[in-house]
Amino acid sequence: MSETSVGGPGRLTLSAKDFKTDQEVRWCPGCGDYAILATMQSFLPELGIPKERIVFISGIGCSSRFPYYMDTYGVHSIHGRAPAIATGLATTRPDLSIWVVTGDGDALSIGGNHLIHALRRNVNIKILLFNNRIYGLTKGQYSPTSELGKITKSTPVGSADAPFNPVSLALGAEATFVARAIDSDRKQLATVLRAAAEHQGSAFVEIYQNCNIFNDGAFDILKDPSSRDAALIPLEHGRPLTFGRENQSAVVRAPSGFGLTVRPTSEVSPDEIIVHDETIADPAYAFALSRLPQADLSHTPVGVFRRVSRPTYDGLVREQIATAAADVTDREAELAKLLNSGDTWTIL
Amino acid sequence: MTKQVRQLDRVVIRFAGDSGDGMQLTGDRFTSETAQLGNDISTLPNFPAEIRAPAGTLPGVSSFQVAFADYDILTPGDAPNVLVAMNPAALKANLADLPRGADIIVNTDEFTKRNLARVGYDSNPLEDGSLAGYSLHPVPLTSLTVNALAGFDISKKEAERAKNMFALGLLCWLYSRPHESTIQFLRQKFARRPEIAQANIAAFQAGWNFGETTESFAVRYEVKPAQMPPGNYRNITGNMALALGLVAAGVRSKLPVFLGAYPITPASDILHELSKHKKFNVTTMQAEDEIAAVGAALGASYGGALGVTTTSGPGVALKGETISLAVALELPLVVIDVQRAGPSTGMPTKTEQADLNMALFGRHGEAPAVVLAACSPADCFSMALEAARIALTYRTPVILLSDGYIANGSEPWLLPDIADLPDLTVTFATEPNGPDGRFLPYLRDPVTLARPWAVPGTPGLEHRIGGLEKADKTGDISYDPANHDFMVRTRAARIEAIPVPDVTVDDPDGTARVLVLGWGSTYGPIGAACRALRQRGLAVAQAHLRHLNPLPKNLGQVLRAYDRVVIPEMNLGQLAHVIRSRYLVDAISYNQVRGLPFTAAELESMLEEVLKNV
Ligand SMILES: Cc1ncc(C[n+]2csc(CCOP(=O)(O)OP(=O)(O)O)c2C)c(N)n1
Ligand code: SF4
Ligand SMILES: [Mg+2]
Repeated sequence: MSETSVGGPGRLTLSAKDFKTDQEVRWCPGCGDYAILATMQSFLPELGIPKERIVFISGIGCSSRFPYYMDTYGVHSIHGRAPAIATGLATTRPDLSIWVVTGDGDALSIGGNHLIHALRRNVNIKILLFNNRIYGLTKGQYSPTSELGKITKSTPVGSADAPFNPVSLALGAEATFVARAIDSDRKQLATVLRAAAEHQGSAFVEIYQNCNIFNDGAFDILKDPSSRDAALIPLEHGRPLTFGRENQSAVVRAPSGFGLTVRPTSEVSPDEIIVHDETIADPAYAFALSRLPQADLSHTPVGVFRRVSRPTYDGLVREQIATAAADVTDREAELAKLLNSGDTWTIL
Repeated sequence: MTKQVRQLDRVVIRFAGDSGDGMQLTGDRFTSETAQLGNDISTLPNFPAEIRAPAGTLPGVSSFQVAFADYDILTPGDAPNVLVAMNPAALKANLADLPRGADIIVNTDEFTKRNLARVGYDSNPLEDGSLAGYSLHPVPLTSLTVNALAGFDISKKEAERAKNMFALGLLCWLYSRPHESTIQFLRQKFARRPEIAQANIAAFQAGWNFGETTESFAVRYEVKPAQMPPGNYRNITGNMALALGLVAAGVRSKLPVFLGAYPITPASDILHELSKHKKFNVTTMQAEDEIAAVGAALGASYGGALGVTTTSGPGVALKGETISLAVALELPLVVIDVQRAGPSTGMPTKTEQADLNMALFGRHGEAPAVVLAACSPADCFSMALEAARIALTYRTPVILLSDGYIANGSEPWLLPDIADLPDLTVTFATEPNGPDGRFLPYLRDPVTLARPWAVPGTPGLEHRIGGLEKADKTGDISYDPANHDFMVRTRAARIEAIPVPDVTVDDPDGTARVLVLGWGSTYGPIGAACRALRQRGLAVAQAHLRHLNPLPKNLGQVLRAYDRVVIPEMNLGQLAHVIRSRYLVDAISYNQVRGLPFTAAELESMLEEVLKNV
């Protein structure tokens, strides 16, 4: 359990097949989770990390079944608590690559507290939030990401809860890596996962995932060839933020307020167009990006919002231990010293 | 003037003052000096519920009681023989506990009209004759201290603050205590302010000299050393002993220790103490809540550390779901519950033992966990090791119960030899254990019934575990009815089969017909009551449980050997309930939930009644 770096490309030649288990995958046919699983299995070999050093920890929900299907180490834990469990593991085991798989209910409702604290601590774990904007496993209640007015089994006349924007929330918690991807765009998803894997510290990835049973088509505007180009804002580090089939839209500073807005490219001068920079220390920029989507999800940025470097909780804690333990050679002798410290006396 | 010296076998002193008067420190120092002398000791602090209650008020009174004797004692004493009262509030708050004839040393400087009125005294009790039944020693502690420190370059306020050291010096003189270690202690404590250190030492010496010269103390006392087993000793509180026991468990298992904790009275001191011992590869994490604390501990255990979480009742309630997960995952986990008075926030600084039901039964599903209880401050050390031993060997959550009484109380601890501590070495799984080279995470060890501990990073043993029911051996998800029935029974049976030491009975002449059965911190008061009865020629037997699940295998036999079984508890009969239902023994349940430990005297008179009627 020594401090060794995790992986390194090209050290191993594994394939997607190596990451499949003998367990029958039990998601509903057509569920977006399949695509995410397939992308993960085919992307992981790239990392060159031996299977035994990879751990998937999940909570409860359809999405949280994920670990059973990955031939790595895995824990399917309890509702909402995966980030806490992963924090204990990451703190004591720097040699592992630890992935948390969670859902919108799991991460943002029951587990909201653990999520924000893992992110602010910057624990070296990768958190994948499968956001289907619904409670899948419990058969269709609204979730903390469901839109206001959503009609579900538990809200027959529409929900009165304002939703969370998971990316905004993660940025508010000062997460050092925040990204968004879509289940069906495997290439873009793999790119984001790669960047997350390379990040030192907490990486938060929101993955839009279709639940074709209880919330079918929730992200169709971002998938349908007729609407997606106008709706999606692809984030690429160092590239101006223009989008649309003809790059006809551009992200610029909002004329009033503190944020960003979308304008026709033709109506703004090129130097007004924001050039995407993942590494800006102040989370305000990424936060402003995260506020661009409209209620119908048009103007949704996908890709890496923020990628900054900050010491990790687990790293700092291990450093303190290593410093303190540096000159201890005989632990039993040291223990005897400790027990005998303070005011002692001898009875003959 | 030479003073008369009188021998005593046992003394109980209570130091009481305002929270700002430094009574805990004074008590601690007196205890240390007393320990050096070889007396047996037992202490109990009593903290105010508020952090900074207004000065001079009843809620602001803080006290520290120390009992010391020339024989082995079991409790800090029912009632003090000596009260040191630093102000009217301290006198008022403690007077009712004093037997007539007790010595009262008061700081007369604080008995001003205003201070008296603040606590509702219409007239000055030092003058109105209401203390006639006591032996009153009025001492102007504050002004004597200030005078003694006149030559020091410190403020008046700083000089006044040294009055607790004056009082300590006086008490050390009165009971013939040595004083070297206090002087050394003060030098160290104020190392960065030598002037303050010197002033405190001078105040201490002035107090001593005052005793020597004043008329108001005609007699000086001595308490001879107690007969104690030879060896090195230190005085230790239960919380400190738990922390050191966990450090020792890490050393003896050669595993990293990971503590996840969220601050809560009266358990926080374990977190504070363990966070000082990083050199032993002890990681402490102050989590965002109790659920995260236990979750992180379980995650660390999964990775091959000794995962521990420390809390009090409200925290255990929050941890319940994760403890159930640990039951299903069959991983080591130590959960320490330093009980306090409930329900809800209850009385956080007061003691109780009402979490037994929760520890035994407070989880969903059939979720058996091992439950242990420490019986005294020093016993906390052994029980922390025992909790770790069972958790590591049998891969199970272990709940160790302590309580506010033994957590903050102290007693001498015979320091163990490291080599005599249990060997807690574990073996991780390294090879596939199934036919065809598969790894079967739920294939059990035939002796311990524990499943293999295969930590991430071990090649070839990749596997998935979780809270869903698992098929026997393979650990795959299973909804098979027969498998679930089998797994539920197996989890119960494997905990029930854990070997624990037989319960021993203290029945000196073997003629007792009544057995007193206890668990946890009632050990001291029950023991003291039994001794008192025996001294009066009455036979009574005592047995004390440190393992509550599984129970010692000989317990049924022990219980049936007596005509009457009495179970005193600081709850409404939680152990009694278990004993009655499990052994069909018509035990008498004796209860008290005042937030205070039993007094030996009340147990003695209760038991006397029982003895009369057998
Ligand atoms: C303590 C607890 N409360 C409630 C549940 C029931 N439950 C299981 S999954 C779930 C919601 C899951 O929603 P989400 O996290 O969005 O996952 P999805 O199924 O949509 O992937 C709930 C409420 C539970 N398992 N545990
Ligand atoms: S209910 Fe929805 S999220 Fe769950 S498996 Fe079915 S399609 Fe997927
Ligand atoms: Mg969901």
